[in-house]
Amino acid sequence: MRGARLVSRRLLGVVPVLAIVIVGTFFLLEASSGDAVDAYLVSTGGDRGLADQLRRDWGLDRSAWARLALFVSSLARFDLGWSVAFSRPVVEVVLERLPNTLLLMGTAIALAFGAGSILGIVAANRPGSAVDRALSLGSLAIYAIPGFWLGLVLIVVFAVQLRLLPSGGIETIASGKQGLERAGDIARHLVLPVAALGMVYLALYLRMMRAGMIETWRHDFVRAALARGLPRRQVVWRHIARNALLPLVTMLGLQAASMLGGSVVIESVFAVPGLGRLAHEAVAQRDTPLLLGVILVGAVVVIAANLAVDLLYAWLDPRVGAGPETAA
Amino acid sequence: MKTLHEIVKSHDAIHRRTLLSSAAALAASAVVGQAAFAQTPRRGGRLVVAADSEPRNINPAIVASNGVFHVSSKIVEPLAEAAFGTPDGLAPRLALSWAGSADGLSATFRLRPNVTWHDGKPFTSADVAFSALEIWKKLQNLGRVVFKDLAAVDTPDLLTAVFRFSRPTPFQLIRNALPALTAVVPKHVYEGTDIGANRANAAPVGTGPFRFAETKPGEYTRLVRNPAYWAAGQPHLDEIVFRVLPDRAAAAGALEAGEVHLAAFSQVPLADLPRIGSVRGLSVVTKGYEALTYQLIVEINHRRPELADVRVRRAIAHAIDRDFVVKTVFLGYATASDSPVPKYDGQFHAPGLNAPGFDVARANALLDEAGYRRAAGGTRFKLRLLPAPFFNETRQFGAYLRQALAAIGIEAELVNNDAAAHLKAVYTDHAFDLSVGSPVYRGDPAISTTILAQGGLPAGVPFANQGGYQSAEMDALIARAAGMLDEKARTGLYHEFQRKVLADVPFVNVAEWGFTSVASSRLRNVDTNPRWAVSNWADVWLDA
Repeated sequence: MRGARLVSRRLLGVVPVLAIVIVGTFFLLEASSGDAVDAYLVSTGGDRGLADQLRRDWGLDRSAWARLALFVSSLARFDLGWSVAFSRPVVEVVLERLPNTLLLMGTAIALAFGAGSILGIVAANRPGSAVDRALSLGSLAIYAIPGFWLGLVLIVVFAVQLRLLPSGGIETIASGKQGLERAGDIARHLVLPVAALGMVYLALYLRMMRAGMIETWRHDFVRAALARGLPRRQVVWRHIARNALLPLVTMLGLQAASMLGGSVVIESVFAVPGLGRLAHEAVAQRDTPLLLGVILVGAVVVIAANLAVDLLYAWLDPRVGAGPETAA
Repeated sequence: MKTLHEIVKSHDAIHRRTLLSSAAALAASAVVGQAAFAQTPRRGGRLVVAADSEPRNINPAIVASNGVFHVSSKIVEPLAEAAFGTPDGLAPRLALSWAGSADGLSATFRLRPNVTWHDGKPFTSADVAFSALEIWKKLQNLGRVVFKDLAAVDTPDLLTAVFRFSRPTPFQLIRNALPALTAVVPKHVYEGTDIGANRANAAPVGTGPFRFAETKPGEYTRLVRNPAYWAAGQPHLDEIVFRVLPDRAAAAGALEAGEVHLAAFSQVPLADLPRIGSVRGLSVVTKGYEALTYQLIVEINHRRPELADVRVRRAIAHAIDRDFVVKTVFLGYATASDSPVPKYDGQFHAPGLNAPGFDVARANALLDEAGYRRAAGGTRFKLRLLPAPFFNETRQFGAYLRQALAAIGIEAELVNNDAAAHLKAVYTDHAFDLSVGSPVYRGDPAISTTILAQGGLPAGVPFANQGGYQSAEMDALIARAAGMLDEKARTGLYHEFQRKVLADVPFVNVAEWGFTSVASSRLRNVDTNPRWAVSNWADVWLDA
């Protein structure tokens, strides 16, 4: 019940956010110099007649407001419009790429959150110990490394030198693999990009978890729990870790957005055909409907992630989402 | 025996490139090449090629550009292809012979017999007529210029196509345009459809050695052997896969990891070539791009009062140390320019040109003479410099030019844009003073070069004179050359054009360069014609 109310309240708030995102993105791209025809002519050249004809064909001879109105009206019919850069419906192009990005981001987030929080607990278990120092120093170093550089280093070491893993792509080209064999192939291809995308966040979570654990140790309820004779392991996992996890969960929601941004670079480095790379191509090609499609789908993904985080948070901390009427 | 491309390692590539620029060396290398490739080609195998982009439309009859040809040239063939050592620099493809009439009003092509389309239907003169009239003339970015006076194509029999022009059209121009502008597509697939929106533009049907198999957006495009190809015993490869690798560093990594056999079009940055070239099993190849020469030029906005003065433009030309640019920006993989026609083009490059040399003192004297004396800070005037973002080298040259101009008291503000914004700023809005451009030379000045000096063009035509240079004499010269039927006289007019460009300085030529390929040493016949990367690869094979 509490969850349903939370969800409906959040979804209502989403509509104005999406409207601002659409209009803002539209006019940002509109404000940049050059249109889709300019971007197209970069690789072909052509006379003035060709440029005029393309502008007519692609509807770019109309005013920005007219095009925005057209986009919004088709959006109301759940139609994301036509991508001039791909000569295909936007929804097809975006949905083709979405699974790859979700897979990449989801795995990276799971790795960063899972391993980061566990390592954070390990580090905080004996602050100042050799293990803690090694983990702290290592995480600081990783946090300072830019993702794209880490990606290139991983390629050089694991793909070029050791030849253990593929250097890029989402799966082996035209391999004809099916079922489990294909899943294994995709997993092999994901190892390096997930590491490049997730390591920085892993380091961040580790540090946050460690700080949260140390902070929580000092609370009275911990002492009380220990005084009641509860085993240390139980106190650490059920009392301290659960509380220290709360700020991490908040971060999780915030980072869904920044990770989507980070995937632009990682997807290019590892040649993963995902949403991030698509957004980059849409901007370079001045393909406004495509960029809006990517941003909209990206926004929905981020909103969904935040909703999931809210629900998780409510489960971890029963005080959240109770609302004034229940709190009273 | 070492193969030719194994010999062409990066450290001696520069030397080799210089050697190859003379026609005699070209002929000699063809002989060496034949000897080196005397091995029997191995049949089979999948060639994986790095591609940095994936064009939406890979119909070369509509979009004549190297990005499209890279993939489509294996599927769809032109009437003739560029060749080393043949009399007119061409080798037959879908046409076996070609001849122009003395009055310039017709051109006759005898077509290759027993050719079938990939869907099994026979190739005939009707396909050529349809492609020429409905696509090259009406829709193609370059064909709209070259074939603008094409009035009809007669097809007296299934294997003869006679082009009829409404105005005399030099056959030399048509001949030079054959490799890039005459990709033939099947009439039965396109007739009666919206040609621009036809699905075959993304999955072409052709007569080439490879058939289109599938494409996975963002991942790859796969071509498979055409078992019914007209050349007996070809192609040697079973498959070609163009793998999309947008990041250049990652492409180099994929080559080193052995996942990709070839990265053409300088996809591996010049700075990485010495390292990559020393990797066992990989070779750097510079041959095979002679007919795909790009030119580094400084475009000038003559609307600026200072730049309207020819003395100022000459001063800018004198301020540039072309040899330094070749050595530092291009790391030796280029040639200094002395003319708007590249040196490699023996057909049109004018002999004995007096190009402006690197002379800072002379440049300063010219600026003083023009009345632009140095102010207290040493600066004469300021201007905006827009380097084209198309190549690393155009951007790097922009940084060099800024320093070179500072040495003669001109303060340049660098304005960096992405491709679309650059195109609009320079060629539509004229919001520049100097711009670094990289036009491609297409084997005939009429297709690619005269447009850089021609006056009266509307705003919005890219890679053309948008700098406001206007000379009635120059326009008359360009018009006369365009309609001159006599080859010798036409060539003479283009020599005059080059001298006029050097005198008026509508723009400044700095360097000319071809691309490099990085190829697996197992890959054979990687440089067999001057447009190799955009040719059909029927003779390419993978050694065991």
